[in-house]
Amino acid sequence: MIEITPGPIEPASLRASLADDGAGGFCTFEGWVRNRNEGRTVRRLEYEAYAPVAIAEGERVIAEANQRFPFLGARCVHRTGTLEIGELAVWVGVTAAHRDEAFKACRYIIDEIKTRLPIWKKEHYVDGDSGWVNCERCAAHAAE
Amino acid sequence: MKSITVRYFAMFREHAGLSEETLRLDVATARDVFEQTRARHGSDEPEGHCKVAINDELADWSSPVQDGDTILLFPPVAGG
Repeated sequence: MIEITPGPIEPASLRASLADDGAGGFCTFEGWVRNRNEGRTVRRLEYEAYAPVAIAEGERVIAEANQRFPFLGARCVHRTGTLEIGELAVWVGVTAAHRDEAFKACRYIIDEIKTRLPIWKKEHYVDGDSGWVNCERCAAHAAE
Repeated sequence: MKSITVRYFAMFREHAGLSEETLRLDVATARDVFEQTRARHGSDEPEGHCKVAINDELADWSSPVQDGDTILLFPPVAGG
């Protein structure tokens, strides 16, 4: 299951919600807000998502991961709004009978989520400039 | 002519200066809507970097649009 939330992500409760006596492995990925990107010093990030499509596509991603790497449970949460350096932007957790499926499904989910869901990231730099990530023209406009 | 509601997100919203508008357009596909609104708002982001949804369902640029549809224009995504 996938959620899009404006509030802080709570890894401990997410981990607990995946508890399963049949699980021999639990793999997580946490995406953190980093202070540098492409040579520029980042002050904070702003995430925007279109939840109806992001959730539908996210559920498709998780179902695909389960077909490829059968797991027991999987959850993903993505933040929206303004995030400071060090904050948790995305959390993916997968339980499986064995570690291989847990690692692979977790990797599949985060990789696909980054490229397929309608989620956008605007970087605000220490010099006051800002730019949408993955959009060169937008960054060029912002710098003008 | 069709009545099409176009919704803009992230960079596209900033370029257009609005998040949504309903237009009378002579269009057959999602690509036509993208091209006409791109010309209207002065964005030149290539289609290949962007995505489109019709009435909350992800679609192809060649998907047909009907009178009354809502077209969602998604600039390059960057989740994670």
